[in-house]
Amino acid sequence: MVSHAIEVRNLYKIFGPRGGDYVDAVKNGLGKAELNQQYGHVLGLRDINISMPAGGIMVVMGLSGSGKSTLIRHINRLIDPTAGEVLYDGVDVCRMSENDLREFRRHKTAMVFQKFALLPHRTVLDNTVYGLEIQGIGQAEREKRAKQWIERVGLAGFENHYPNQLSGGMQQRVGLARALTNDADILLMDEAYSALDPLIRVDMQTVLLDLQKELKKTVVFITHDLDEALRLGDKIAILRDGMVVQQGTGQEIVLNPADEYITAFVKEVNRGRVVNVETIMAPLAGNPEGMPIVKGTVLETAARAMTGANQTQAHVVDEAGQPIGAINLGAIISSMVTPTSHEAKAA
Amino acid sequence: MAGLCDSLPVFLCKFPAFSDASIRAVRKTVDDGFKGLVRSYVNAIDAMVQPLQWFLNYLERLFVTSPWPVILLILLAIVYFASRNTKIVIGTAASMLVIGMLGLWNDTMVTLAMVTVCTLIAIVIGIPIGIAMARSDRVQGFINPVLDVMQTMPSFVYLIPVVMIFGIGKVPGLIAVVIYAVPPMIRLTNLGIRLVDKEVLEAADAFGSSAWQKLKNVQMPLALPTIMAGINQTIMMSLAMVVVASMVGVGGLGKNVLQAINNQFFTVGFLNGFALVAIAIIFDRTSQAYGRRLQKHSEVIHG
Repeated sequence: MVSHAIEVRNLYKIFGPRGGDYVDAVKNGLGKAELNQQYGHVLGLRDINISMPAGGIMVVMGLSGSGKSTLIRHINRLIDPTAGEVLYDGVDVCRMSENDLREFRRHKTAMVFQKFALLPHRTVLDNTVYGLEIQGIGQAEREKRAKQWIERVGLAGFENHYPNQLSGGMQQRVGLARALTNDADILLMDEAYSALDPLIRVDMQTVLLDLQKELKKTVVFITHDLDEALRLGDKIAILRDGMVVQQGTGQEIVLNPADEYITAFVKEVNRGRVVNVETIMAPLAGNPEGMPIVKGTVLETAARAMTGANQTQAHVVDEAGQPIGAINLGAIISSMVTPTSHEAKAA
Repeated sequence: MAGLCDSLPVFLCKFPAFSDASIRAVRKTVDDGFKGLVRSYVNAIDAMVQPLQWFLNYLERLFVTSPWPVILLILLAIVYFASRNTKIVIGTAASMLVIGMLGLWNDTMVTLAMVTVCTLIAIVIGIPIGIAMARSDRVQGFINPVLDVMQTMPSFVYLIPVVMIFGIGKVPGLIAVVIYAVPPMIRLTNLGIRLVDKEVLEAADAFGSSAWQKLKNVQMPLALPTIMAGINQTIMMSLAMVVVASMVGVGGLGKNVLQAINNQFFTVGFLNGFALVAIAIIFDRTSQAYGRRLQKHSEVIHG
């Protein structure tokens, strides 16, 4: 199974009975507030262009009302766009016929919901098989597959429990198992962990990262939590008032915030867990010194390794073990504590 | 006040009604037209309701002619398996035995047959209409006023066309009872489906459910408690209506009550009335206990 990238192009969504009439006005600069006041329509999304990496985790971040949940619902077209396209494997989801869309939803996408959205009258096992049942797969086969995933998400032994016998974290594991059992290329997670306690949330993030290492699905993850976004995202897009304010890797966003809004967001971030060693390394001068550190290691891990080995000098190596730069403990620490990226560069 | 009317034009004091002659003409035209229509289709109408007649007669004969212990045991078994509650079973046994000892067994069986058939018909008609209403606001807007009329129109009034069309007998009684008893079935099916959690429906959509799969897997199961309440209401209303329906020839307990009214038989009236109440309570408690049992999954809460 090869996952493809999802291309979102020029996507607009205007909520209201005659949304289509105002697309041109919005394209020409009509603002969200004016649209609401003058025409009574709500601007949901405005000119969204995002390329979601194949087999990677795309995080869409924003506060409530930013349009992030609206955006994810365009990917499996639970919401119809006003204008624009969502391409998967060369096909525009927004132009699919009802039948094609149903097949697309059955076989290509699976979704995890903020409020779990489990069927309360079905047991964990019967909830988990739901997607396969809809596809018409036989009972023995679908239960066999579902049981594997129930075990993978750590719910073995709970197959015959009903959802409201379980805690929130366990219910969301059922939601995740239900989505994974569908064996779809695209995994859509709509604030999947927002309703969970912080510790359980981190736990579930680990579950997702571990699974993703082997599954390599195209994951779209919605969150309002920047730490979660930075931990999970191969790529992050930040939404505000229905527009993409910035998109890029976590590092790019933390080191070069596009505007004050994002600067305010990233101020509290633990840089040591976001910034990689190669970002701050100096060019190699002479022979590589100290211990080798693999490219892609975050500063916190590098600092821990160096302090543990009692070394102040280290060199960065690529995947093949070739040295590509030098780094020392002082530079690492100053990058971890310096509040703004500009000062970090100056140092 | 009389003084005020003296100084005003006549049409302000006496409501300007159509003349008696014109109202009479309209009435006669409508009545005759309706009668003519019924007369020309009488065979087709009879053929249409014939299966109902057979079914009702068959069930009635089965209930009345079977040995009473068999019927009692079957009834107790149904009550037990639906409610799993020994108290309700004991109550049922006691009230049925008292009814039998008071000599009302056969009449009670006739009424039971009637109510059973009415409830089945109300369910068969009510659930699809309720589903159609839940799926479309336009259908809901059309059917709601019809249901309002069915529920508020005095039942004696619609007995008139029913009797004109079907004559006197069990089937017209049955139709009158169904008209009276089906609205809660329709309304609560509609309500139950409309109250289903939007998020769960969205999840069903996201996994690619067809409309039928959504109805079967999500909407109907989640609406079931409300639908059960509708069935319960329908049974209660059928039981209340069998007394009125006895006016057009339905037998059983209702007929006894009607005779008691006409002859001022105080004791007979109350005994038959209480027999109806006893059956109503049996049905009510059993169907409610069954409804609760269906909801077992929502009672065990994570703690």
